[in-house]
Amino acid sequence: MNPPAVITAENLTKSYGELTAVDGISFEVSAGESFGLLGPNGAGKSTTMKMIGGVSHRTSGKLSIMGLDPETHGPEVRAHLGVVPQQDNLDEELKVRENLIVYGRYFGLPLSYLRPKADELLEFAQLTDKAKSRVDALSGGMKRRLTIARSLINEPKILLLDEPTTGLDPQARHILWDRLFRLKEQGVTLILTTHYMDEAEQLCDRLIVVDKGRIMAEGSPASLIREYSTREVVELRFGSERNTTIGVELEGVGERVETLPDRVLIYADDGESALEQVSARRLRPLTSLVRRSSLEDVFLRLTGRSLVD
Amino acid sequence: MSVLTGGHSATEAARERTFGPLYSRNALAVVARGLMAAKSSTWLILVSGFFEPVLYLISMGVGLGPIVGTVAGPGGQEISYAAYIAPALLAVSAMNGAVYDSTWNVFFKMNFAKLYQGMLYTSLGPLDVAIGEIFLALLRGLLYATGFTAVMAVMGLITTPWAILVIPASVLIAFGFASFGMGITSFMKTFQQMDWINFFMLPMFLFSATFYPITVYPQYIQWLIQAMPLWHGVELLRQISIGSFSPATAVHIAYYLVMIALGIMLTTGRLRKLFLK
Repeated sequence: MNPPAVITAENLTKSYGELTAVDGISFEVSAGESFGLLGPNGAGKSTTMKMIGGVSHRTSGKLSIMGLDPETHGPEVRAHLGVVPQQDNLDEELKVRENLIVYGRYFGLPLSYLRPKADELLEFAQLTDKAKSRVDALSGGMKRRLTIARSLINEPKILLLDEPTTGLDPQARHILWDRLFRLKEQGVTLILTTHYMDEAEQLCDRLIVVDKGRIMAEGSPASLIREYSTREVVELRFGSERNTTIGVELEGVGERVETLPDRVLIYADDGESALEQVSARRLRPLTSLVRRSSLEDVFLRLTGRSLVD
Repeated sequence: MSVLTGGHSATEAARERTFGPLYSRNALAVVARGLMAAKSSTWLILVSGFFEPVLYLISMGVGLGPIVGTVAGPGGQEISYAAYIAPALLAVSAMNGAVYDSTWNVFFKMNFAKLYQGMLYTSLGPLDVAIGEIFLALLRGLLYATGFTAVMAVMGLITTPWAILVIPASVLIAFGFASFGMGITSFMKTFQQMDWINFFMLPMFLFSATFYPITVYPQYIQWLIQAMPLWHGVELLRQISIGSFSPATAVHIAYYLVMIALGIMLTTGRLRKLFLK
């Protein structure tokens, strides 16, 4: 039995004049699910997030959050949401802890609730010793964690995360993923946009791949890989001059050959044996690598383009 | 430890309030934020805005006053030049405080600090933000007006108990400018455009019968001046300061009430258009 849907979108469309940023997408998210929107920049992910938050009005289609239309019940819908926008918009005129308290007051929450809650969230975000610091003195990763802590002040049922780790170094990303994973374990519904494959694989139960405002595919990371890619991939580099010509000579090796400007990819269930076939054809790559398929390959298959340009 | 697993009575109660699409009756949270931010930052600006009209009063009233002698007040009675210009300078001070808060401060919060975007992602509506920010501008106007009235008293320019009413009247003036200022600022995209506000305010300050009676102008210039908000503020405070009331007093007050209503409509409409598109 599926838990009830907390978000339902039907034919959701958003146009800005001539440009259609979101082009008739439909999806449902169940309570407690971790749902991802994966796609390159400009795919319409952030616009979808803004419509869910009720701060951007849709052009057509239906949208329901916890049974309410965010367009007509904006403040009420947002009382159930926690929002982590793409760019931190912390209040730089306030100290770290004050940011949490003041944000909580925007939800009409009393100080008797907010004071202990702020301390609890600072602990969660590993920022307890920064409580009295100025916001501009924090590192990028700390600001991000504070933004996430802030978004939790109203105990949201749904957390919207727009590119949560973009611009962070690998260590800061892992700390953040760990925090988000804990939230997921506590039953918070996560809605996440990302153009990072590894992030989607780590955090999402289910995701939609979007490109140019449309849904290209939907499923769990593993099922998408099964459906649109092979188990393994061989990455070969022959030097930028020769990749294209050699790509043609490799036809027939593995299930499929994809030639990119900087490398040639061979999709095969057994990568090592595909690599042996390459050697048998007397082709000598400068470098070779056998790896598992990832969502990057799914995206490449669906759109013919890489995710991060 | 569970950070999130909801069910906390406070968060449930906060969700059961009644909300409108534009207003969630929580402008107080915006005011509280402003006070908390002011605590750490803007004292110097606050003080500088207070001193400007005081310096004018000393320079013109004390310096120029003896040369001018007495002038005819609103009821026709002779009053000292300092007593004549003091309420006008108070009106200017209320205007400046409100305009500063509702234009430059708002411009910064809107375009650089992205403060309002953050606020509107909570259960605040655009009307909560507009009312809260305007209230803060009024609070500053009230502070300036109280301080300036105290200076007037010390300089012996207050001769009637009616004069205490210049304080609430100044807040009314500040309200008119603040509600409009915020709406106008929402159209501004660059610092150059913000300079247009000063370009409009300086002549209004100098020519709104601030330092001399409006009767020095030919009739058509008088009409122009009388269409401007500051003139109504100057006349209103001048009448109150010596307790000389007339039907015109009601007209001045009505002018500001209309200005406030239009200003709030403009500001809320603009915030909605900018942030809830």
